Amino acid sequence: MKSKIFASCAEAVRDIPDGSVIAFGGFSAIGAPANLLKALAEQGAKNLTCVLNSPRNSPNLPAAAPDIGILCERGQVKKVICAFTAPTRLSQTMTFAKYYEQGLVEAELVPQGTLAERLRAAGAGIPAFYTPTAVGTELAVGRETRHFNGREYLLELALPVDYAFVRAHRADAFGNLQFHGSQRNFNPVMATAARTVIAEVEEEILPRGKMDPNQVHTTGLFVQRMVRIPPPPEGYWPIPPKRADE
Amino acid sequence: MSDAKGLSRQQMCDRLAMEFQDGWVVNLGLGIPTLCSNCAFGDREIIFHSENGVIGYGPLAKPGDEDLHLTNAGGQYVTLQPGAAIVHHADSFAMIRGGRIDVTVLGAYEVAENGDFANWKMAGQKGGGIGGAMDLAVGAKNVFLAMEQLTRDGKPRLVERCAIPVTARGVVKLVITNLGLFQITKDGFLLREIAPGVALDQIKAQTGGKLTVANPLPTVRLT
Repeated sequence: MKSKIFASCAEAVRDIPDGSVIAFGGFSAIGAPANLLKALAEQGAKNLTCVLNSPRNSPNLPAAAPDIGILCERGQVKKVICAFTAPTRLSQTMTFAKYYEQGLVEAELVPQGTLAERLRAAGAGIPAFYTPTAVGTELAVGRETRHFNGREYLLELALPVDYAFVRAHRADAFGNLQFHGSQRNFNPVMATAARTVIAEVEEEILPRGKMDPNQVHTTGLFVQRMVRIPPPPEGYWPIPPKRADE
Repeated sequence: MSDAKGLSRQQMCDRLAMEFQDGWVVNLGLGIPTLCSNCAFGDREIIFHSENGVIGYGPLAKPGDEDLHLTNAGGQYVTLQPGAAIVHHADSFAMIRGGRIDVTVLGAYEVAENGDFANWKMAGQKGGGIGGAMDLAVGAKNVFLAMEQLTRDGKPRLVERCAIPVTARGVVKLVITNLGLFQITKDGFLLREIAPGVALDQIKAQTGGKLTVANPLPTVRLT
């Protein structure tokens, strides 16, 4: 079998064509594939649809952790599908929002659990599902709803993607992945929804047989490409927000 | 007479947290609600659930002791309690929609007398920030709100009908503000407890929508 291990993020993203739909794992900077994101910015693919929790990386943006604002700045993004299109506090800024407000980038705002389930459904071969989330809100206007057992539900479509960029803590050469802490978040779900999964891996990639099968979070069946990444630079990790009573 | 400030944000959360029962699974929204994790629960065991898949987190990590791969949904570095587990996002929201969360405490811009509330889009804003709020609002067994009585420009946040786009309809049960504890009833807002030093007239003047008042009206329990 051809090796799944690529020497660099640049090589792993080299053939991604214009118009691709790409999911980015991560919740804030944690579990976010920052190295693949930077490589994609340098690669220059355009007209992209980006699927991710938030176009902003962190409540308090760490200087060294880019968000998809860097793709917007380079004119690579057509559309973003996400759970936040504006910062959650007036004091915060979001590079993406500037492009969105000017109409340069489209956005589809999706509740976070609906986003996760649309990805899960795509990965599980389920084309659509009904959810109680967002019933009675602006998001449901003009859309199909249906009653089950006396409660109203909203129809949501699966969200298959061409590529998923994920970040894992540990991997073996088959592509089996392990996540650490809350880094897991969207990563395993996005991996199932993608035709091609590219994983950036924090630790040295283990030979086959060196990972306990009982400790695999995402099977290598889903993973096509992997890159070992260097330790994050100083200032990468999110700065926690101020306490609400400060 | 000038208006009383009422409760601090921590006191607001301390009061709401008294409603949490032993064994409850609790999800806290951004901002004021995060302070509920600082409360003293005595011999009640509370299990904190976070949208990003952290089940059973404990106190905030001490500076220098943080696991940089481990935050709650508010971006705070947390510790794990014995028995904690990590799941992926689809499982985390299966717990939310599947009815495994006993209470979510959320912040809000507005809450209406019929239990509608709005917390994802400010007036005039293009787009917004939904995050997990819409899923939590329809999935949690109880929706509590922790919010200031007035907006920054002095308008009531407790209103007859929400003027901005809602997060969910008819789901809110309990609201704590700096001025008091309100329950949503079929007759609108029921003021159950009043903050120490606050006059009832101030609450009447600063509440939109229908207000009824418990009789007798105790001050907000703080311990």
